[in-house]
Amino acid sequence: MSIDTVSKAEETPDQAQPFAELGLKPDEYERIREILGRRPTSSELAMYSVMWSEHCSYKSSKVHLKQFGDKKPETDKLLVGIGENAGVVDIGEGWAVTFKVESHNHPSYVEPYQGAATGVGGIVRDIISMGARPLAVMDPLRFGPADAADTRRVLPGVVSGIGGYGNCLGLPNIGGEIVFDDTYLGNPLVNALCVGAMRHDEIHLASAKGVGNLVVLYGARTGGDGIGGVSVLASETFDADGPAKRPSVQVGDPFMEKLLIEATLEVLHAGLVEGIQDLGGAGISCATSELASNGDGGMHVWLDRVLLRDATLSPEEILMSESQERMCAVVAPENVDAFMAIIKKWDVEAVVIGEVTDSGHLTVDWHGERIVDVPPRTVAHEGPIYERPYARPSWQDALQADAPTADRLARPTTADDIRATVLNMIGAPNLASKAWITDQYDRYVLGNTVLSQPEDVGMVRIDEESGLGVAISTDCNGRFTKLDPYTGTQLALAESYRNVCASGAIPLAVTNCLNFGSPEDPDVMWQFAEATRGLADGCLQLGIPVTGGNVSFYNQTGDTAILPTPVVGVLGVIDDVDRRTPIAWNEDGELIYILGDTNDEFAGGEWANHVHKHLGGMPPKVDLERERLLGEVLVAGSRDGMLSAAHDVSDGGIAQVLVEMALHAGSGARCWIPDNIDPFTFLFSESAGRAVVVVARTEELRFTEMCAARQLPAQRVGVVDSGLGPDAGYPAGTQVLQFNDWFTLTLDELHEAHTKTLPALFA
Amino acid sequence: MARVVVDVMLKPEILDPQGRAVQGALGRLGFTGVTDVRQGKQFVIEVEGEITDERREQLHVIAGELLCNPVIEDFILIVEEDQ
Repeated sequence: MSIDTVSKAEETPDQAQPFAELGLKPDEYERIREILGRRPTSSELAMYSVMWSEHCSYKSSKVHLKQFGDKKPETDKLLVGIGENAGVVDIGEGWAVTFKVESHNHPSYVEPYQGAATGVGGIVRDIISMGARPLAVMDPLRFGPADAADTRRVLPGVVSGIGGYGNCLGLPNIGGEIVFDDTYLGNPLVNALCVGAMRHDEIHLASAKGVGNLVVLYGARTGGDGIGGVSVLASETFDADGPAKRPSVQVGDPFMEKLLIEATLEVLHAGLVEGIQDLGGAGISCATSELASNGDGGMHVWLDRVLLRDATLSPEEILMSESQERMCAVVAPENVDAFMAIIKKWDVEAVVIGEVTDSGHLTVDWHGERIVDVPPRTVAHEGPIYERPYARPSWQDALQADAPTADRLARPTTADDIRATVLNMIGAPNLASKAWITDQYDRYVLGNTVLSQPEDVGMVRIDEESGLGVAISTDCNGRFTKLDPYTGTQLALAESYRNVCASGAIPLAVTNCLNFGSPEDPDVMWQFAEATRGLADGCLQLGIPVTGGNVSFYNQTGDTAILPTPVVGVLGVIDDVDRRTPIAWNEDGELIYILGDTNDEFAGGEWANHVHKHLGGMPPKVDLERERLLGEVLVAGSRDGMLSAAHDVSDGGIAQVLVEMALHAGSGARCWIPDNIDPFTFLFSESAGRAVVVVARTEELRFTEMCAARQLPAQRVGVVDSGLGPDAGYPAGTQVLQFNDWFTLTLDELHEAHTKTLPALFA
Repeated sequence: MARVVVDVMLKPEILDPQGRAVQGALGRLGFTGVTDVRQGKQFVIEVEGEITDERREQLHVIAGELLCNPVIEDFILIVEEDQ
């Protein structure tokens, strides 16, 4: 085995290098040569190629993501902003929370179980590297058509991977999304969110400061995981009979991750750590270059000290390996013994692999030979930045002109047809109960889960004494975003914001996971530019900052990109989880109100999608001032004890909301369709800025006066009633949802229609 | 009647958390000198009649597509005829 060293690189400047196979463009390779003043060694080439990849460098998205900083609303809640592993938000009482969502789309397509499992593991390490204790995870998922053969391969694997890893790790899975669409066949989206909490003085950052401090790698051993791409280098440096092809599948070990959480939090709380970084994509390359770049600018690494699972790994492979459950800490020399003792107590292996220097260079030695000598900023932070060309797609106007009017798409008009449509819609894969999936996740481990699926949000308690808690929702309707990326992204933000308010929590911060097709396609890049502009403008208007996020490009099959899917997560705080608002109504006599305006808005909605397979027109209008007003009313209603229940209206419209509330409560209601609107529009339109709330009779006057004072439309449309069965011709005890003289549905048939879909497809 | 045994193991480079757990337990129980443990699974399949080339091919398909996950596992198929 011959090693490519810096001196060898200087001697052989003309040696051909496989930069293209590693994903580098010729001009990027030239720039590396310019930076170094020579050809890179194969190890340097490996580092640059992976750190300058789209995934690590954000080279196509950076110019657009800048807006989240430029348009940041005034806030004193943000303790750590964009750029660190995850943003940190002040929630009061000395507590801070950090949350972030990341994609693990491509690995989950190759190997669904391990791809999804390691996605959870990766985001959890991001949270612990901020010094926070992970509290819960959520998973926004997108798959191909529910009845497609490949969905039957991918979905069960992804679901058991998420469940297997999260359940073993002991973190509750409190929500997320499951959406089916043709464009995700061949490119499912597996996004993972984690939220953690810490005291204000426990925040830690990724930087290597203090010359002479030592760099410690700890956790699982380094193996050949996730280094498929670098095999072109390995094939050059390995003997002909060496391992021919390395697997690129990373395998997770949740029990090791649990040890890593406890060991990491203990060394952080003991004050033994100067800087810390998790190892995710790009492994040691990323951790060392980012730590050095954020710190005093120099680091030296003895790469041969890295503990290996597979002794045959080449230095290039060790630098690139994405083996899971590893962390990197910067520790002062006098603290190393104490640090090692704690790590060892948790049965975790650790080794000093380097030290902080003031050389301004990241240098790496392999058995005494210098194989890397680079300025770390050029690897970690000063990678290429592209202003990718973008243009409004030529088909966009035609798409928007194809509105789902009553002439274009046949609408049900008779009572029987509408009744059948309700049953059909609540069983549509996108609207059907997701219990078959979420029941595979442990929602209650740790004992702090207050709300989880199918509620509007996931809510966990943080402080057992005061009841302080946080609520999180993630949302995105990719069909809206396809019709109009700017509006669609604001609709995703609005829905997430509304969900948090409906639970009684006050929205504080935003994270995102922007899943798009190829940035080299001007159509896709336009979608991305519009989506980021929409999100930044929306966050500014709602006064909640973006604290971090993730971009995933190249989500496409052949030339067909996925629906643009900017998943938006909103985090809110609630001062006492006891006053949360659930979605289920409580007792007979409570009054059902609809807040907001219902218009004829079906474009991109689930009815047009499920019944007509139609996508066209302009998405529902978004009015963020109305959303803010609605949010204030929902939060005030919760705080003053006026609301028994609340549920955001979005996918599937009011019909879906009333059915979910009734099924969750297990008791029926008498509803009436207002005179000023046709029943179909009332039940199925997906106008934004609406919620259904349930108010006790004793609170009705106070609540309606509050709405009137704030000029928020509120219309009474029903009353909770568990005794309607006999009147409607059913045996006593039968629970029914009745729409005055239009039609009646029993909860049994609603339950059957709502819950049978997923088990029939996947069980 | 013929008996076919299929051994499925994780590929050598793939992390085996179960094997590592067993290895750790051996150390704690005082069994020294064990440097590595990897855990796999074994399928014992009984088939009718003789193992023809066609049947052998079919068994390879079964082993490669159903019994193992070819992305992360390898298999070895051994035919024990005339039980």
